[in-house]
Amino acid sequence: MATFALPKNSTIGQGKVFKADPQAKNVKAFKIYRWDPDTGENPRMDTYEVDMDKCGPMVLDALIKIKNEVDSTLTFRRSCREGICGSCSMNIDGLNTLACLKPIDDVTGEVKINPLPHMPVVKDLVPDLSQVYAQYRSIEPWLKSETPPPPDEERRQSKEERAKVDGMWECILCFCCSTACPSYWWNGDRFLGPAVLLAAYRWIADSRDEATGERLDNLEDPFRLYRCHTIMNCTRTCPKGLNPAAAIGKIKQLMVERQGA
Amino acid sequence: MTTPHDAREALMTGRRSDGTAVRRPLSPHLQVYDMLQMTSLSSILTRITGVAWSLGTLLMVWWLVAAASGEEAFARAQWFMGSILGLLVLFGLTAAAWYHTLAGLRHLLWDWGFGFELPTMYSTGRMVFIGTAALTVLTWVLAIVFWG
Repeated sequence: MATFALPKNSTIGQGKVFKADPQAKNVKAFKIYRWDPDTGENPRMDTYEVDMDKCGPMVLDALIKIKNEVDSTLTFRRSCREGICGSCSMNIDGLNTLACLKPIDDVTGEVKINPLPHMPVVKDLVPDLSQVYAQYRSIEPWLKSETPPPPDEERRQSKEERAKVDGMWECILCFCCSTACPSYWWNGDRFLGPAVLLAAYRWIADSRDEATGERLDNLEDPFRLYRCHTIMNCTRTCPKGLNPAAAIGKIKQLMVERQGA
Repeated sequence: MTTPHDAREALMTGRRSDGTAVRRPLSPHLQVYDMLQMTSLSSILTRITGVAWSLGTLLMVWWLVAAASGEEAFARAQWFMGSILGLLVLFGLTAAAWYHTLAGLRHLLWDWGFGFELPTMYSTGRMVFIGTAALTVLTWVLAIVFWG
């Protein structure tokens, strides 16, 4: 159900301010969402002033600098720092993206950083992703085929067949798109969301996969697929430039086509 | 009627360092997301104008019922429609009807498999806004010319 306001325990208060070195000339403020399960207090926005002359160009550089030099309790996920692991997905300046791919200079004024929207918070910028992972599992994201593979070689695809999964295999499961989707916010318990539907179409479109009918059966549901209203926040926000909205549109078309319209 | 159980509820319970349970907060959504970008703005306006236009048809029903029930009732309806408030409501409903129609055509294009690329999404969105303004004004100009 759509609840537009935050629950009482989730409203965000004013936090601490960590001033920059008074000698710093090029200061940028980062307002960061903090929540610590051990204190039992509501979330708050802490402000960290960072000397940009001594900081790397990306938002992740600033987060790491703050954690290393100012406040080691700041908690966030990160790994590859080059947009391939999908760990540092978060809401920066009102849009979901990867902190490692987001230049600080893109943001005018203070940089507001929040966890991925409408998710249970584990700590600070770390959301609980169990639900999206379970939904990803539910579409059985692996090759399903009755035909045994040739004994002496891999399953062959033409270049054209292979090209059909372009724009989908690149997904790194950062879930920026799913957590940008208002439909997913209100109905994420049953709606699969853009990331998982893109993954579903990746296997439907794969010429080697023989379970298309079964996969479509699984998606034929007023919630799982059809809660998508083509808002397109997903495509707008994808840090990898993929198009989940188009993939969902293709699934909907296949649903109509197989009814023999 | 009871509210259906939300499976996500189970994930709202976390653990403190000492192992005791703690209620996790829900991360902010509408409060922080840029909802005025083309994607979400054009979408929510489709729904709002749809609701407005549906309610607006009640006004037309009132007008028709008034016309059928006699001179006095019809004069009352006519008076309201011609008042400043009535004209404002009718003008708003014209805009709502046009927006919802044009946005509906945009949805039809998507259902046909066209218009998913981001630049196309932006240009069709702008076309819906500009088209709504132009057609609303045109509707009223024509209405005033022929019935004014």
